[in-house]
Amino acid sequence: MPNFRANIQVSLRPSVLDPAGEATKSAAIKLGIRGLTKLRIGKSIDIEIEASTKEEAKGQVELLSDRLLANPVIEDWTLELFSDDLSIDV
Amino acid sequence: MTIGIVVFPGSNCDRDVQWATEGCLGIPTRFLWHESTDLSDLDAVVIPGGFSYGDYLRCGAIARFAPILSSLIDFVNSGGKVLGICNGFQILTELGLLPGALTRNQKLHFICENIPLIVSSTRTEWFEGVKCGDNIYLPIAHGEGRYQCNKDTLKKLQDDDSIAIRYKNNPNGSLNDIAGITNKKGNVLGMMPHPERACDDVLGGLDGRSILQALLAK
Repeated sequence: MPNFRANIQVSLRPSVLDPAGEATKSAAIKLGIRGLTKLRIGKSIDIEIEASTKEEAKGQVELLSDRLLANPVIEDWTLELFSDDLSIDV
Repeated sequence: MTIGIVVFPGSNCDRDVQWATEGCLGIPTRFLWHESTDLSDLDAVVIPGGFSYGDYLRCGAIARFAPILSSLIDFVNSGGKVLGICNGFQILTELGLLPGALTRNQKLHFICENIPLIVSSTRTEWFEGVKCGDNIYLPIAHGEGRYQCNKDTLKKLQDDDSIAIRYKNNPNGSLNDIAGITNKKGNVLGMMPHPERACDDVLGGLDGRSILQALLAK
């Protein structure tokens, strides 16, 4: 069965305060980083999944992202899907 | 008349709740391992505080898939009472039994103190013996207690009179000073403060007693 790799980026929704990001931003300014106007912290999740088609893989990873990896009340997510098999176009 | 306390790997207030319900209030209490599913003999269930599954991913995100919580949804739908304290509140929001989410405290600190709260609704049995606007004192101990929800959800909570308790001096940045909410039916209460730690004079307060006694109110 073809193997797919996926990367899911989970980020707090823009309207939700990110105190950890704010604290890191203030440390970055103390470090001397100039011009910094935004710093938000999210999560990056790498997975590998076997599926017969890319549609099946995509469906499974979307379900996973929406129901477990992110909480839609406070978080957004984006997905990138790759195939190890160059003949499968993702 | 028996209540159950759900125990997850990483729960750490389960025995505190038992000490309060059974030891202080004389309520028959049994522990419920998270893999069990039978709630048929119970009148109420408490989801205690702690760090279920190490708070991995998000607080309550993994606990939500425990077998016992599928039974808990049926239990709630048939009118059973559920109290989620701290991590228990976080789990109830992840599970969708209560709206919104609990996020990292505004100033990042883990806050552990005895604080004043304002009773905002006496619509449900949880706060039956208290007057609206009364102050009660309960301990909080959390790093992720900042309540968040969208405008529509907040309006619905207000319209349904479901904001049960508010912080008098908002310690964590919670929206609308929210410290605890109920569902519309009123049989589910989620709260960040710990009533089980305020059931004995020796610990400096008794304001948690009536909330736990409400587990067995009719």
